[in-house]
Amino acid sequence: MIRDVSFGQFIPGKSLIHRLDPRFKMVLLIAHIVLIFCTFNFASLGIVTAATIGLILISGVPFKMYVKSLKVVLIIVIITSLLNIFYGSGDPIFQLGFIKITLEGIFRAVFVSVRIILLILISSALTFTTSPTDLTDAIERLMSPLKVLHIKVHEIAMMMTIALRFVPTLLEETDKIMSAQKARGADMESGGLFKKVKALTPVLIPLFVSAFRRAYELAVAMECRCYRGGDGRTRMKTLRAMPLDYFAVLIECILLAGIIVCNVFLTSVI
Amino acid sequence: MNVIEVKDLSFVYGVDTPFEKKAVDNLSLSIKQGEVIGLIGHTGSGKSTFVQMLNGLIKPSSGQVLLEGKDIWEKPKEIRKVRFKVGMVFQYPEYQLFDETVYKDISFGPRNKGLGESEIDETVRRAAKFVSLNDKLLGKSPFDLSGGEKRRAAIAGVIAMDPDVLILDEPTAGLDPKGRDVLLSQIISYHKERKNTIILVSHSMEDVARIADRIMVLNHGRLEMLDTPRAVFSRVDELESMGLRVPQITRIMTILRGKGYDFSDGILTVGQAFEEVVNLLKKEGKR
Repeated sequence: MIRDVSFGQFIPGKSLIHRLDPRFKMVLLIAHIVLIFCTFNFASLGIVTAATIGLILISGVPFKMYVKSLKVVLIIVIITSLLNIFYGSGDPIFQLGFIKITLEGIFRAVFVSVRIILLILISSALTFTTSPTDLTDAIERLMSPLKVLHIKVHEIAMMMTIALRFVPTLLEETDKIMSAQKARGADMESGGLFKKVKALTPVLIPLFVSAFRRAYELAVAMECRCYRGGDGRTRMKTLRAMPLDYFAVLIECILLAGIIVCNVFLTSVI
Repeated sequence: MNVIEVKDLSFVYGVDTPFEKKAVDNLSLSIKQGEVIGLIGHTGSGKSTFVQMLNGLIKPSSGQVLLEGKDIWEKPKEIRKVRFKVGMVFQYPEYQLFDETVYKDISFGPRNKGLGESEIDETVRRAAKFVSLNDKLLGKSPFDLSGGEKRRAAIAGVIAMDPDVLILDEPTAGLDPKGRDVLLSQIISYHKERKNTIILVSHSMEDVARIADRIMVLNHGRLEMLDTPRAVFSRVDELESMGLRVPQITRIMTILRGKGYDFSDGILTVGQAFEEVVNLLKKEGKR
């Protein structure tokens, strides 16, 4: 079923990671991704891997959920690492015709696959532990300097919130309409690409109709509550940085220092 | 003859996630050819999941569904054939309408079934007649119909497949009182003419009492009762502990009986109650 996608789902909880300020979480996520791609030897890769696994352990989200989100990218990991194995330079350790495998190629493959896996794990950790509203709230606050350039930051954030809010609703709706059409004997599994696309018409049309209906109803409901955009709007809950957030920044800085040390004093293997 | 037999049927939602939930728990029962079954239970009792397993839209976690004695999942590739035999009308079916005209939309099922053009025409018109949609409406776009007409067009789309078993999930939800009445009597007359099996899922005890031969009560995914309306609605306290109730008229007649009026037990419809009252007045008059 479509609903079985776990990437991007929010799982409520009370762990340390859940309690972090979403703004800090987003900035730290970007910093951490940069770190993941700044690893050039096994020591630094080990440090980042250990830190990432430690983080997902304290996130309190069942490990199975992370495994599920990894399944989606499994094919990408396999393909990219296979490609990397064959494109390394240096002395071949194995050669068969034009295919040659070098030690550097193998290392590259390991680094690329570990990096992709870490990337998915850490970004899943963010979405698993942060509610969509917190997330867009953080984006709005982080983008607020752009207001100087007359960019409608609040409106953009509101659109994102609404879009995120309706993803599960529309998925559920798709599921329902698909079931209804299957009950009328619609065949969605067999046939070539063209036939499959054609078989989607009975699903897509009702889906669009209902999406427009929902949009209209939501607009009316928002007007009824006197919504008129971001100008002069205040919030009930303002985000405030806590000692915990600065502590998280500190840990990320220590990681950064560790990786710099590793990169300076140890030789790169790729 | 049993048209549907269910053995130890269970379904678990969201296995391996924090949202894991047992929706249907070890159901076993059989439904006879030509029977009308009323299925009641409060929200989240597993009614919708159960009926979707009957036509193979949901694959059971464990247990079997036998259709005319054969396991429907014996050949998973042929599950579509089951769906033509067990027709299913979903809640708010009007949201599934998609084609240019009502006629084309109703013909979607028969066309999938692989019928010839003349047969399709025949089944579509017959189905439209059952729900009293006239020729003028058949030529219109489904999006131009009124709410009640849309609902009837969607139901016709399932009836047109001529299923042996027809499942209706809350067919009267959201209709006005007159629309409910009309639709329910159309279902009754359809059943009288086709003599097929009907499973009606409903929150309305009045609707269920009016048409069901047997009533099935689900609570937290378990089968609590499966008996005649009279027997089920006599267990008032149990029903109320499950968040259900008996038809209003049954309640009124029970209260009156408690006050000493000589009414018989198990009155389910206003018609029956009317006769009881008339009889009682006649007796009083003679005295």
